[in-house]
Amino acid sequence: MPTKPVRLYVNGVALWSERLPGWDSARAILRGEVAPPADAAPRPAPQLLPPTERRRAPDTVAIALEAAAAACRYAELPPASLPCVFSSMHGDLAITDYMCATMASTPALVSPTRFHNSVHNAAAGYWTIAADCTRPYTALSAGEHSFGAGLLEACVQAASGGENVLLVAYDIDARGPLAPVARSKHLLAAALVIGTERGPRALAQFDLEVVGGDALIATPARAANAALVAGNSTESSLPVLEALALGWPSADTRDVLVLATPALGVHLRLRPP
Amino acid sequence: MQPLCITAFTATCAAGAGRAELLDALTAGRSGLRPNDFGREPLATWVGRVAGVEQAPLPVEFSAYECRNNRLAWLGLQRDGFLDAVVAARRRYGAQRLALVLGTSTSSIGATEEAYTRLTPAGEFPEDLRYQAVHTPHSTGEFLQRVLGAGSVGVTVATACSSSAKAFAQGARLLEMGIADAVVVGGVDSLCGSVLFGFNSLALVSPEPCRPFDAARSGISIGEAAAFALLVRAGNDGGGAPRLLGYGESSDAHHMSTPHPSGRGARLAMNDALNRASLATRDVQYVNLHGTASLKNDEIEAEAIAEMFPASTHASSTKGWTGHTLGAAGALEAVITLLSLESGLMPGNLNSRQLDPACGPQVRLANARGAVRHAMSNSFGFGGSNCVLLFAGAEAA
Repeated sequence: MPTKPVRLYVNGVALWSERLPGWDSARAILRGEVAPPADAAPRPAPQLLPPTERRRAPDTVAIALEAAAAACRYAELPPASLPCVFSSMHGDLAITDYMCATMASTPALVSPTRFHNSVHNAAAGYWTIAADCTRPYTALSAGEHSFGAGLLEACVQAASGGENVLLVAYDIDARGPLAPVARSKHLLAAALVIGTERGPRALAQFDLEVVGGDALIATPARAANAALVAGNSTESSLPVLEALALGWPSADTRDVLVLATPALGVHLRLRPP
Repeated sequence: MQPLCITAFTATCAAGAGRAELLDALTAGRSGLRPNDFGREPLATWVGRVAGVEQAPLPVEFSAYECRNNRLAWLGLQRDGFLDAVVAARRRYGAQRLALVLGTSTSSIGATEEAYTRLTPAGEFPEDLRYQAVHTPHSTGEFLQRVLGAGSVGVTVATACSSSAKAFAQGARLLEMGIADAVVVGGVDSLCGSVLFGFNSLALVSPEPCRPFDAARSGISIGEAAAFALLVRAGNDGGGAPRLLGYGESSDAHHMSTPHPSGRGARLAMNDALNRASLATRDVQYVNLHGTASLKNDEIEAEAIAEMFPASTHASSTKGWTGHTLGAAGALEAVITLLSLESGLMPGNLNSRQLDPACGPQVRLANARGAVRHAMSNSFGFGGSNCVLLFAGAEAA
């Protein structure tokens, strides 16, 4: 537990996956009011990137930047103003496959662009470049709990700095011989803006609470929603997004436990903002 | 910020395993770099390779984590009583209050690279490498969580060459916010094909031992290291311990693999660290520079140092001893900075002969000695991620 209570607000939200392509359409799907689209949406082309880079960008960069920009728009905050926490279990698995295949065959011919895109902080780097954001960013990984670890760090940063922090969590499908081992599926990026002040479109407030123990069980997502992104580590963001999508017409609080490690949880007792 | 106490610290790199060997190599001007002999078709370059990693398998209970990076992490933990200090902290505060924040750039990717060289006829990973535990960036973080019994936060920071400096910043915030009572921060990165050939593809790898800030420098020498520190709040176990006074973080917002031409992010991070520590540049006796020996980094960093610091500050890169240990560099050089505070040794720029004209009087070729009360360590990474740490010796804060 933090030594003193920390009140935080969810001031922005975004989501992108092939069958949850953007918060506005995903909101009704997450609430169970609308069926998800039968066809997968095409990969987004983040408008913040220069036109020449939109199609060439790695998948992780494309979906992370799409979600990041949408969360900033939702929160009505300029992207350049926000420290950001990017979190991904695997980073860009397509580039990992390329790098390892190239190392096994023709290492001296490795592409310099693919190499610099292979760093785990590539999406964060592209985001800060595109947004001209000189605020700090970090890029985290915590296995299957990468979303929760990122959420906790974003909360800690927001509380420590007394400001809004952008959280972007994402993972993509595994490719090549790595696929059966890494077992990651779908494209999925989720983003939140978390701050110490209530924003103009705040979705919820909560007090930062961290719980430990060996028997923690994360709040599950609705089965129909989980099925849309199953196998992607960022699916652990869904229970939070569902709670935000449901909003406050029928409840005063919604409790969500997100794991940051197998034995550490972030307990969000979400309340109306 | 409130100063934090560093109650234990250690480093293992090509220049030495543990603090005594490392300080001895620094004092004697003995480089750990050697001609590259790593991999099947070694590039013609020099590397900072840690001896004995191949002969040091992990204990059998951790065999699912077998890979070079985790072996190096394990070797690193054994030095300077570090593991014992963590065990004592875990007993004192409880496992649930002990956190781990690990910086790495490539983690266990060497194991994934190896699997691709030994695919079965069906194109699958070989049996012995089918564990997800070594094919994900959090591999070393998860391994260390288990080894240390850290039950609070356990997370990997992977922001390229600033990774393990940022681990200190993240660890400091966990203590500040009361999420944990003791945090193991550190960095582990090991040699692998991806970084050797990758940096080579960017024409950043030197054919000779790297010469930071030399006018005729020709690029980086890649190294490997494991370095760790144990952070607690002041007042807890802090007697006689050096302190972390501040950290500074920023983004260049310029380019994925080239620093901002005027060092915008580097300056922001240095000023952020100084502000957080309530210090001015005149208070800093030694700066351990990022100093990779790449053309751009050293020129831009030298200019920023020349403008910001008084002539009395001694500044150097120690990568001539260790190579550029990438995601481990922040923690390794934090340890070297702590050794400087402890011993008064301010290293020079090993291997360098003629300083770049961009260097001010701060950047020195030769080792020097003096009273070092406050010292800074710079880490600037790919993707424009910058982190600066500011430390004080045991008596100064």
